[in-house]
Amino acid sequence: MNAPSDQKTFRLVGTRPIRPDGIEKVTGKAIYGPDFVAPGMLHGAVLRSPHPHARIRGIDTRRAEALAGVKAVVTGADFPGGAEGTVAGGETPTDLKYASIKCMARDKVFFEGHAVAAVAATSAAVAEEALKLIAVDYEVLPHVTDIEEALRPGGPILHDDVFTQGLAETPTTPSNASLRFAMTRGDAEQALGAAVEVYTGRFTLQPVHQGYIEPHACVASWQADGQGQIWCSTQGHFSVRAMTAGILGMSIASIRVMPLEIGGGFGGKTTVYLEPVAMLLSRKAGRPVRLAMQRGDIFRASGPAPGAVIDIRLGALADGTLSGADIEFKYNGGGLPGAYEVYSGVMSTLSCYRVPDANVVGWNVLTNMPTVHAYRAPGAPQTYFAVECAIDELARRLGIDPIDMRLRNVLRPGDTDGRGMTLGAIGYAETLEATKAHPHYAAPLGPNQGRGIACGSWGNYGGPSTAAVSLAEDGSILVTEGNPDIGGSRAAMAMMAAETLGIAYEKVRVTVADTSSIGYSMGTGGSRTTFATGMAVVQAAEAVIEIMKQRAAQMLGADAAGIEWRDGAAVLGEQRLSIAEIAAKSGMTGGPISAEAAIHPGGFLPGFGAHICDLEIDPETGHTTVVRYTALQDVGRAIHPDYVEGQIQGGAVQGIGWALNEAYVYDREGHLDNAGFLDYRMPVASDMPMIEAVMIEVPNPDHPYGVKGVGETPIVPPLAAVANAVRDATGLRIGDLPLSPDRIYARLQAAE
Amino acid sequence: MSKLLVSTTVNGDAQEFLCDPGATLLEALREQLGLTGSKEGCGSGDCGACTVVLDGNMVCSCLVLAAEAEGRQVATIEGVAEGSMLHPVQQKFLEHGALQCGFCTPGFIVAAKALLDHNPAPSESEVRYWLAGNLCRCTGYDKIVRAVMDAAAQLRQERMPA
Repeated sequence: MNAPSDQKTFRLVGTRPIRPDGIEKVTGKAIYGPDFVAPGMLHGAVLRSPHPHARIRGIDTRRAEALAGVKAVVTGADFPGGAEGTVAGGETPTDLKYASIKCMARDKVFFEGHAVAAVAATSAAVAEEALKLIAVDYEVLPHVTDIEEALRPGGPILHDDVFTQGLAETPTTPSNASLRFAMTRGDAEQALGAAVEVYTGRFTLQPVHQGYIEPHACVASWQADGQGQIWCSTQGHFSVRAMTAGILGMSIASIRVMPLEIGGGFGGKTTVYLEPVAMLLSRKAGRPVRLAMQRGDIFRASGPAPGAVIDIRLGALADGTLSGADIEFKYNGGGLPGAYEVYSGVMSTLSCYRVPDANVVGWNVLTNMPTVHAYRAPGAPQTYFAVECAIDELARRLGIDPIDMRLRNVLRPGDTDGRGMTLGAIGYAETLEATKAHPHYAAPLGPNQGRGIACGSWGNYGGPSTAAVSLAEDGSILVTEGNPDIGGSRAAMAMMAAETLGIAYEKVRVTVADTSSIGYSMGTGGSRTTFATGMAVVQAAEAVIEIMKQRAAQMLGADAAGIEWRDGAAVLGEQRLSIAEIAAKSGMTGGPISAEAAIHPGGFLPGFGAHICDLEIDPETGHTTVVRYTALQDVGRAIHPDYVEGQIQGGAVQGIGWALNEAYVYDREGHLDNAGFLDYRMPVASDMPMIEAVMIEVPNPDHPYGVKGVGETPIVPPLAAVANAVRDATGLRIGDLPLSPDRIYARLQAAE
Repeated sequence: MSKLLVSTTVNGDAQEFLCDPGATLLEALREQLGLTGSKEGCGSGDCGACTVVLDGNMVCSCLVLAAEAEGRQVATIEGVAEGSMLHPVQQKFLEHGALQCGFCTPGFIVAAKALLDHNPAPSESEVRYWLAGNLCRCTGYDKIVRAVMDAAAQLRQERMPA
């Protein structure tokens, strides 16, 4: 790999050109999931369960089918049985059986909003009318939404065929604890016994939603010969293809998925909720069918991130060395098994610190709420919240600066992380040093203000990617790739291709191709796209350069070995052939010039961030205002700094929302009480200060331009950074999120 | 239920459409007139993705009945640029990288233009409070606020007498 040295400067990498899809997106021309229209399209609607837990004794759809304008009705009975196995689903593998049940309930509903039937009709109004004519005979069952209640003996059991995985002995009775996963190193008890200080605490978090503004939407069209097309917005159209094929028993190559522009995902659009249902409706109706979710459906029936109960004991020596940890967490997995967050949560806990003796145990607990799904660094923010609050307390007790405390324990190059990977060029210490040196850290605080520090890390990923680079007849360049552009990645691909080829950024145009027009690419997730797909683009561009050198050799009657590629041209001594000249003659030198790279790269490195949060608390109301926020992150090398900073800023604000405001609130009947943006309060512009994003560039030597994944890490530190700032401002360690005004006010009153 | 015939003006052009009495202006724009730049994020007036200007007032088009557009002036994202000439707010969104997914962007641009039409020199706080009805989940608002402030500065410069 031609790794750049630290000193290497680039023509384009690190500059801030305008993104190639920008004008379409600022003028309203870009076509997103809900915007697509197919000729002859029908409008679908989904009937959803009003009960959080019920047995379906029967569904009578006859009156709906008889309504004028209704062209198809489907229920769980229309889904083929036997879907099994797992398919790649972005950041998380997906179990097909439960993916199918998530799309449509069979004999039971497991959460309020679970789909039970769907209709396609000539208008949306007729489809909605038809839903009212479907009679579902429910036997309402006792429900449970709380983690600890779900584990209480004698309570409602969701699945009588789910037995706890990961126990030493195979259990004989079904349980809501679907999974136990543990990581043990050294002797945690012995180390905690020998520690000078041990912090013991319990932390709780509520489920939070990814909160993308674009609702899930798709159009599916089934053909009588068994082929089908889907237009949808998704982080991974290849996953949509595989899941739809697996659930419906179709061959993968028979489905073509066209990725539309995507209006946010954050992990939440790496699965299917609607596409298989729309395809079944289309098969029955013989016409394309649109399905879309309303905002309430999204909150009630699409994956939030798990709430958690976390018990932690963290021990330190007098010099601040973290010596031992015992951490047990329970994640609220929602209605169906298969959530991945327990695995990634265990592997992420302590992932940036040495801690030689540690015991980390995670449980997935099934409850009657929507099945959780990936949300930005899935599983990591919860446990990091507990760990970073515990370190803050230990630093206070030991009288050590919180950044020094972390510097003493943070992983350095050559150390092994929680996944057992030995890490190379990581910049954790550089990031912490920069945090300590940042003017924010020394700035004075005002009355009722506090400052919190916290770190976070995410492992990142490589994953399979395919990209093609080809020459147009005039020498302009086409890049074709398979990763939906969710935050400016077309610009990064064009920049890397242009940098490699030695040409202008504007000479390269990038297409995000459908599943039949480019080879397999894992979805846009896992902080992998700029790393892995970028690497595929660079390799394809390098292969095109080799072809062009051979063509130039033919044109010059020379040996290709003597030809150099310099500044976008083949050079032999004084002779120079531009890409345009080579392209113009390609018909006479062997035909079209094009190359594809299909790769599954290793060499990815984790991300690491350190955040400084200043906030002010109104003692009369308990209301918190974030007054200054700085987020520093080891980003490898930023290809397009605007979009790297944007990831850091956006992730930080999502984390601040999680810390201060956001939570799923269920009533006693198991109904979500705040299924809308008014009551599920995400941060708005007037809640936030500027978020200063500081990029620490420690390039990754295993990527041609030094890239490390960036997107997920920034949501990990804010939860504890905010809580530690509240601790600093009030003296109160509050381990329960969100840190809403009523909670802070009550604790302030109790402390007086 | 019979449909209503609505005669209105959208981005300066006379338009007529048929709609159900209960249809929203957003539905009419998107489905009858094919103007899908205005987005529906919530349908309840909480996210601002459907923001349009109705007779000079910024509104959530999901909270306005289509029939209310009768005889009035509607300005949508599709009318913000003049032909191929971007409005300074649009240009500054691009220059600052103030969009990631871009879904909320039309609503923000319509709202920001409405702000600058009324207030050529807003403070950062005024920008943040004016845009508080528009949700963005990608950016954390930092670059959006900077883009709007920068567009305001450019517009002030353009309006200065030579």
